Amino acid sequence: MLAYVIRRLWQMVPTLFGVVLLVFLLFHFFGSDPSVVLAGQNATPEQIAAIRQQLGLDQPAYVQFGIFLKQIVTFDWGRSWATNEAVSTLFSTRMPATLTVMLPILILDTLLAVPIALGVAYVRGSLTDRALMVATTVALSISFLVYVIVGQYVFGFQLGWFPVQGWSSSFTQNLLQYTPLPVLLAVMVGVSPQTRLYRSFFLDELGHDYVRTARAKGLTEPVVLFKHVLRNAMIPILTNVGLALPGIFVGSFLIEVFFSIPGLGREVLLAVNRSDYPVIQAATVYLAMLTMLINLGTDLLYKVVDPRVVLR
Amino acid sequence: MSAVMPTAAMPVQRSEGVWRTAWRRFKGDRVAMTSLVIVLAFITLIGAAASGLVASQWQRELAVPNAPPTFLGPRPAEDAGTLAGPEAKPGAPVDLSDIDPLAPRYAEWAERAAKLQTAEAAKVETLPLGADRLGRDVLAKAVKGTEVSVFVGVLAALLATVIGTLLGAAAGFFGGKVGDFLEWLYNVFTAVPDILLIFAFAAVLGRGVDTVVLILALTGWTGLYRQVRAEFIKHSSREYVRAAEAIGASATSRMFRHILPNVSHVILVRMSLLVVGFIKSEVILSYLGLGVPIDQVSWGTMLAEAQGELILGHWWQLATATAFMAVFVTAFSLMADGWRDALDPKLRGAE
Repeated sequence: MLAYVIRRLWQMVPTLFGVVLLVFLLFHFFGSDPSVVLAGQNATPEQIAAIRQQLGLDQPAYVQFGIFLKQIVTFDWGRSWATNEAVSTLFSTRMPATLTVMLPILILDTLLAVPIALGVAYVRGSLTDRALMVATTVALSISFLVYVIVGQYVFGFQLGWFPVQGWSSSFTQNLLQYTPLPVLLAVMVGVSPQTRLYRSFFLDELGHDYVRTARAKGLTEPVVLFKHVLRNAMIPILTNVGLALPGIFVGSFLIEVFFSIPGLGREVLLAVNRSDYPVIQAATVYLAMLTMLINLGTDLLYKVVDPRVVLR
Repeated sequence: MSAVMPTAAMPVQRSEGVWRTAWRRFKGDRVAMTSLVIVLAFITLIGAAASGLVASQWQRELAVPNAPPTFLGPRPAEDAGTLAGPEAKPGAPVDLSDIDPLAPRYAEWAERAAKLQTAEAAKVETLPLGADRLGRDVLAKAVKGTEVSVFVGVLAALLATVIGTLLGAAAGFFGGKVGDFLEWLYNVFTAVPDILLIFAFAAVLGRGVDTVVLILALTGWTGLYRQVRAEFIKHSSREYVRAAEAIGASATSRMFRHILPNVSHVILVRMSLLVVGFIKSEVILSYLGLGVPIDQVSWGTMLAEAQGELILGHWWQLATATAFMAVFVTAFSLMADGWRDALDPKLRGAE
């Protein structure tokens, strides 16, 4: 087990190096000159030269790459160009808001989609099944934007059930007052693709011989479904949740923009609009790291769910 | 293009080609055929819009702002009320002529203004599907927006397909060092969450229709690459490829003249799935202001405008953009599903 983890971590090094290289190349050769971005439109050549020297832009490319690597290893990205906040502070202060919204979404999504999918797969081919599948196809073709625009208007503005948008400094108030509407909308949208996917996993499992055997030896349907089918379908479901997990750290940036939630996704989007390179670079590199670690975690979980899995 | 080996010497008992078989299967699928007709109708509309036959005047402000759709009838005239306040006192405007430095020239300007003809265009009260904030026809905007959105989706999908196919073919065919390098590249691109990768590219490359196409293609080729690579690995050891090698066909010829036609159906199916995904991405990018510039219109920019209008009760732009997009995307997805089922039943269930 330990050997496996160590080997997997070792294998991440080249990929991570690639991500760093990609980000470096992208911003240094295709991005506009940071000194021009920083100095503004009325800068004198001396000011630009000073900024270039300060950022190390007058050094050859390999030295700059060295500086870049050092920043990553020491977690010191300096300050945001736009707000002069330290990038690390920016991350640590925006993360809680993102997680407050995104964790409930992920949990509710999974908790709702699994039983619905199991139920639909069980009555496969029936009218309920077909109606639900047609409904999800149509629902999926409408942009997420429309759901949020209409949902915010109807529930927040017309009916007044929730505040239209907002955020406070108290965690409980955020959770009870401001997150329900974004969570509700995101789950409404997210449940239908999840259900489709999980339904196909369950259908796959229901066709196996062990299901027939379990029924033949007289097990009740709930036992067959929940003890046998569910457990076997857990691997693909787990993979899927694992794939969605890195996403919750960037947050659904759309949700954050719509509901003015001061989270990481909104911050990254702002950084893109302001050409705030340090923030974007840091977000990209660390999120890539996190994604790889989460993938490793998912692989380890397979072993827990299915003892037959051999980690190699 | 025939997917079977050219067998000029044996004209008899030539089996049905994969495309012909697929088309026969496709024709039997009623849902897929209906979708195909809808998609073709959209393509005709897009062609008409692109050649300027329809909706070329979408920027003209021909109606009153936020004119409602015809079936709702014109908006009742608003009661402007009377303004209360010191200025509302009738008569006796304050005489400023002794301190106003421009006063001597007013008569001259009025004279010159009178010489110019200004035609006050009559603004219509209603339009078939209403007007936006500036009085532009929503229907024309939706048609033009369809052109831009679908164009971006299709072009980006084409570009991503070319990238993915070339890299996938190289990785699968050559393997070894080339394969390892491309696998590394694939791992790098998939290590970063999609949306962040798109943001990073957008931050660097700027805005514009061609930029969106480039961003989507550069970040979206990975899935197709993976599948093409798997197909090429499978095919490159098949007998027909080895036979081609034996008669001296070059590597390029084997890759693109022999193997490619045999995996092209897989590529086509993948590409049609990419189109749907890219259209949705374009809408979101445009909404966030990272997509098409403001002098153009797409479904995304329409939705972005519609958000503010909805609060005032002007729902028609939102409804029109949503309806156009929903119909096209549903039809296109169902058509892609039909192609998938017809061309490669094994792919069923892949996203």
